Formats: sequence, structure tokens, C-alpha cells
Amino acid sequence: MASFPATRHSVVAGIASSDPQVRRVAFDTLISAYWRPVYKYVRIKWHADRDDAADLTQEFFSRAFEKNTLERFDPARARFRTYLRVCLDGFVANEHKAASRIKRGGGVSFVPLDFAAAETELAGLHPSPGDNGASVPGADDDTFFRQEWVRALFTDAVAALHDLCVAAGKETHFAVFQRYDLEHDTGARPTYAQLAAELGIPVTQVTNYLAFTRRELRQLLLERLRALCATDAEFRLEARDLLGVDPR
Amino acid sequence: MSVLSDAAIRRLQEAADAPDLSGTKYVALDRIAQGGMGTVYRVRDRELGRDVALKVIRLPEASPDIAARMLREARTLARLEHPGIVPVHDVGRLSDGRVFYAMKLVRGAPLDRLPTSTLADRLRIVERICEAVAFAHAHGVIHRDLKPQNVMVGPFGEVLVMDWGVAKLVGDVSSLGSLEGGGEVADLVVEAGAPTTGHGVVLGTPGYMAPEQAAGDPALVDTRADVYALGAILRDLSHGAIADPGPKSRRATPARPLEAIIQRAMAAEPRERYQDVMALARDVAAFRAGEPVSAYRENLFERARRFTVRYSTPILLVLAYLVMRITLLAVRGR
Repeated sequence: MASFPATRHSVVAGIASSDPQVRRVAFDTLISAYWRPVYKYVRIKWHADRDDAADLTQEFFSRAFEKNTLERFDPARARFRTYLRVCLDGFVANEHKAASRIKRGGGVSFVPLDFAAAETELAGLHPSPGDNGASVPGADDDTFFRQEWVRALFTDAVAALHDLCVAAGKETHFAVFQRYDLEHDTGARPTYAQLAAELGIPVTQVTNYLAFTRRELRQLLLERLRALCATDAEFRLEARDLLGVDPR
Repeated sequence: MSVLSDAAIRRLQEAADAPDLSGTKYVALDRIAQGGMGTVYRVRDRELGRDVALKVIRLPEASPDIAARMLREARTLARLEHPGIVPVHDVGRLSDGRVFYAMKLVRGAPLDRLPTSTLADRLRIVERICEAVAFAHAHGVIHRDLKPQNVMVGPFGEVLVMDWGVAKLVGDVSSLGSLEGGGEVADLVVEAGAPTTGHGVVLGTPGYMAPEQAAGDPALVDTRADVYALGAILRDLSHGAIADPGPKSRRATPARPLEAIIQRAMAAEPRERYQDVMALARDVAAFRAGEPVSAYRENLFERARRFTVRYSTPILLVLAYLVMRITLLAVRGR
């Protein structure tokens, strides 16, 4: 998995930097956050086969880097995520028209992208997309792209949380989080008492460990989100959307 | 790590936004509502063994101004001890830094989801809202966001005015005090007389917001803005249940006096409205009781009709007595 680079400054500002090093780091960060949704979007919404989707994904970022496409983003007009998707649509449409996909993945190389892993994710979420992709019923383009972007963001934050817990010797903390918040897609969520018995810790520790991991996850998510937004207003809007789930 | 399902992401979204209640006497039970600046959870108070509602500032709104506003809401509520205003039990900061306050867990339904009831019942609800709002006005608090969604009606008919987050304080607010450890939050709150809403910032809800409030100048907003909103609530309720008013063609047209009350309460110019909430409440109560209202001048026919309706029982008794007497006289005369 391409990990999220350490920088937490606004990536959107960074890609417009005159300093090549800053710009490069910003692009790496941007790609780390967006390549999965971009790949899945091209696969599903543009019905591209695996190889084409992988090529188009690499070429999209490569072209954006070379031609400064993303630097023209105007925060007053849209969210960055929406702008990026619109750019992607334009890019893929042009590629289809020109049918000139001979030299993709061009001269610039970025963080390594694990397309096989993305394909496995896609197969798990949208069964049988097939080699030519398939449409996802009920999801418009923007909803689908956002959904996959959120998934990438959470996947990355959870991986970072895991690394953080392991590094700090808090594996049991992560185990509590994993059992209580991550797993049980099927079946009931375990009770605190069940978890305490399962992991051999007092019930009070279960709630403390959960509070710790949730706090860290929140921090990791907000850090990443802040880096991917151009303005404070956009950050607040995205964060509110991201964490403001409807009451059940 | 395996791919995160949509269900797992929803759980993580909730988990990330969940308040960190460690070190408090509360245990989270479930999320019950979400407002503009805070999320409300049902929590168990372990010490008192009761469930309460805990309002926690939403992420990422932990900025000092939003925190100050929520704290101000808690303190505003705390000094308004009235059966029609939800009582606050506790206020503070969670270990994750977010401001919270605990309040009574209100059971029931918001006014906009109230099932069908009689007009008299609905008018009584309006009167009770007026009583709570008038009490707040008397204590220097203007609600500024009165609407059906912000009024809860309990299972025993109790009426509670909620969501005082954008309330305006007038007069001396120094009694609000400061929150220990609240630093910048407290500083913002106790600046007596300082406007907390900037010029051009519109707070309120379209359809219930008085024109002067919609203009965005807080200096223009006084208690009569709440009168306007109450008029809008009365308008909604005069047609039937807000949740299910029925087809437009079959909705009850309010009687002329009631229509006049609504119009006066919702006059565009504040000086043409009821000048205080209790004046509105008195007119609503008078209408409900079949008495004349100050907002409407009746003609002779309407007055006679209202008199007849109001005193229908004694009139019928007198008529029955007269018919009986005449009949007896007629029988004796044969």
C-alpha cells in the first residue's frame, strides 16, 4: 500500500509551489490519496479494462503534473475533489477521442501504485466488474467518486492507526478497535464485557482503549483531510460531510 | 488489511466523531440528533443512574468561536428555569477538548412530526411556546430560531422549546460567568454586551425568520423577531398537523380572527407586530375561548355569530325553556 507521506501542509497549495521539491512531495501525497478512487472510477464509470484503467490512472497524474492542470483549481467554484473528478472525466474523454494511448505512464514516476490490490478491493465491493468494468447501480459519478475517495481515506487512516499502535506497543488497543469498530459486518457487535473476556482485560480498559484509538483515528483522518483541502472552509465542509453521519 | 465495506466506513465515521467520555460520569448509548454545531447523544449518567442528552460540539468545529457559542447556549439555558425550556444539568470539556453540555433527555416528537390533533390542542401548544419564550425574553434572551423542529411535545402534552444555540442575549450577561479551564472560550462569552454575531451573518431559518433578521444586522433584531417566528408556527399549525396537513384543497382555512392574529404576528414591520409575545399568547387564548381578539375588528353579524357559538348551551337551554312554557300555556288555554 502506498503510504500517506508525512507532510500535512495543504497539498493543493503545494502542487502550485515554485519549489520543485515541495511540488513533488505534494503530488506524491495527492496521488496517494486519490489513485484508488481514480482507478476505480475509470474502471467502473468509464468501463475501462484493468490495463487501460491502470494506464489511464498513471497517465492522468503524469499529465496533471506536466501540464499543471490541477493548479488551475479555484476554491471559490468547487471542492478540490469535484474539480479533480471533472478533470479526470475530461482527460479520459479526450483519450477516448484521440485513441492515442500508446505512450502512457510517461516520463514522470510517482509513488508506486498497487493496481492489483485496488482490483481486489473493487471485486470485493462491486462483484463481477469484469474486464470491461460495469456500472454501479444507484450511484451517480460524483457519489461514486466520493464514496471511493472516502474509502481510500479511511483505509489509509486505519493502516496508519495500526502502524501507530504497533510502534507504541499498543497492539491490544488496536485489537479492541478492530473487534468493536472494524469487524462484524455480519453478526452483532461484541459487548464490552465480551471483548474484555476475549482479550483478558478489564471492561474499563476496553472503553479506555476504544477512546484512545478513536481519538487517534479522528486525528489521522482530520490531518489527511486538511492536507487535501485548499482552504479552511473546504476542510470544514469536507470534515463535516465525512464525520457527520446521520443518526440511526 | 481487507477492503473496508460501506458498513465499516459508516461505523468508523461514527467512531471517529464519537465523544471521548473517558474521565466523565457518562456512558454513551446512542446518537439521537444532529444540529448545526453539535451532535446529541443519549448517554447514561452512571452516578445518578438516569439517561440524559449530551450535546457535543461537532467535528471539526472545535474552533473557539463555535465552542463559545455552544457554551453560551448551555449557560443561557441554565439561567432559564422554566417548565417549557429544557434544563441543563452539566457543562464542561471532554478529554478530547470538545465542549459538551448535558441536559434533560426529552422524549416525544418535534412539532413538525406531531400527529393530527384538534385546533384547540394545537393552539394550546402555541400558547405554551409563547409562555416559555416570554419567560426567556423577560430574562434578556431572544431565541432567534423558533420553528416547529425546535419545539418538542412530550407524551403527556408537555411543550419544550429547544436549540438555543443562536440565541441573542440582551442586557447584562456577566452572570454567565466563566468555565474553569475554558480559557479562550470563557473570554468570548463574558464580554458583556459584545455582539456575538457579526454584521452580515444570517442566523435563523427561512420561512420563520423575520425580515430584519434575514437582513443580517443583529442590531435590528429584538424580541419581535421571535413574535414573527411564533406567527409562522401558528400559521403552520392553523392548517392542521405540520407533518400531514393533507391536500392543499382540503386544508382548513383559518377563521378570519385567527388569520388576523397570524398576519399581525408576521407583519413585515416590527412596529406593526404584537409588541410582546404575551400579547400574541393572549390573542391566541382569546380566539381559542371564542372571545374577541385584538387583531381583528368584528362586524355585528360576526359578533352575533361568535356570541351564539360561545353561549350555545345556555341559549339552547333558554330556548328549550321558552318552548316548554309556550307549549304549556297553549295546552292550558284550550
